[in-house]
Amino acid sequence: MIETIATLLASVLLVLGSLLCLIGAVGFFRFPDFYTRVHASSVTDTLGAGMILVALMLLSDSTIGTFKLVLILLFLLITGPTAVHALVKSAVTMGVLPGIETEEIVVRSDGNSSSKPS
Amino acid sequence: MLLVTACALIHLRDLVALVMLAGIFSLVAAGLFIVMDAADVAFTEAAVGAGVSTLLMLKALTLTGAKQASAVSRPYQALFTIVLLGGLLIYGTHDLAPYGSPDGPSQQHVAPHYLENSIKETGVPNVVTAILATYRGFDTLGELFVIFTAGLGVMALLDGSGKRLGRTQALMSEHVVLRVVAKMLLPLILIYAFYVQFHGEYGPGGGFQAGVIFAAGLILYVILFGPGAGRKVLSDKTTRTLAAIGVLLFSGVGLVSMFSGAPFLDYSVLAEDAVTGQLAGILLVELGVGITVAAVVFRIFLEFDDREPLQKEGEP
Repeated sequence: MIETIATLLASVLLVLGSLLCLIGAVGFFRFPDFYTRVHASSVTDTLGAGMILVALMLLSDSTIGTFKLVLILLFLLITGPTAVHALVKSAVTMGVLPGIETEEIVVRSDGNSSSKPS
Repeated sequence: MLLVTACALIHLRDLVALVMLAGIFSLVAAGLFIVMDAADVAFTEAAVGAGVSTLLMLKALTLTGAKQASAVSRPYQALFTIVLLGGLLIYGTHDLAPYGSPDGPSQQHVAPHYLENSIKETGVPNVVTAILATYRGFDTLGELFVIFTAGLGVMALLDGSGKRLGRTQALMSEHVVLRVVAKMLLPLILIYAFYVQFHGEYGPGGGFQAGVIFAAGLILYVILFGPGAGRKVLSDKTTRTLAAIGVLLFSGVGLVSMFSGAPFLDYSVLAEDAVTGQLAGILLVELGVGITVAAVVFRIFLEFDDREPLQKEGEP
């Protein structure tokens, strides 16, 4: 009984995880600009891979296998967003401009702020 | 998938995208190997092809520029030669046994012997490690010499030409998030390298993968904290010596066997009991492989890092 629930839940998570990765890929192609593309692919890929790993944990036979999968999930959750952060920060340093309209807000020392489109 | 990637590789001119696609090619090939139940090969392909190789090629691109020069002549002779040879190869594959058939010639002669007797003769559950280190140990020694020669070549070629920067500051010193996460992860990466090295007899792993993972950890440290800090961990002299020590260890084990009366690289004479001798021999040669691979890959990265990049950092 509990195995059927686990298998069912695992199948749902596997399908959802793969769908999320696919959505991320679609978003990567459809978004207009570097930053939005990176945002689409990174968020969906991390969550999609996480879901697939949780599904594998539910399907796993041995405790040691489950433990290794937990470690892999932790590693993915730590390194995935960090790598994307490093990528985007390098892009900002190199001067890649956002493709959509942005506004530059300057806060002066007397508390007033002014904004101009950049 | 592999075919699509290969075709895309031929058409691109932007070398950075090309290097990334080559990494993807290696990763997909690693997935293919996993589907075919070849865990060791997949591990090595993912670690070397999709990991360190991409890294080193990107580092080389900072020295040479990222656009491929357009071809000046039409290489018709090369095309004809390739079509001829490729056609001959494809014609030759018709003679091979069908994929996965149990009575093909590759499953007949030595493969059953290895699969049935490797645990009795060597005491090592992982047949791939047993084949690499004992049954075909001479080939592995040759591979190790190839890696060592590659390191020597890089050290010799890049030593004379151009100016050495002698830089000690890090390239990415303002990446605070990356520094914190790397400080958390680096001990784990290095411990994992040791685990892969010594657990290679019981599961997928072994010297090559462990050496590459160890070098990747050290390269991460150098990228974030500077070549000065990296050289404090392993100075140039140390990496040079370590690369040689690994090869010496492997060949030394073979020589000790020879001086004990057995053929070169026969580990049975290393201890009183043949199986213990095999275990000791496998452990020592895999250690030698791991040491040399780690030292050579790390040194190659440091050598590339020391050259004048083609465009200064901070400029688009």
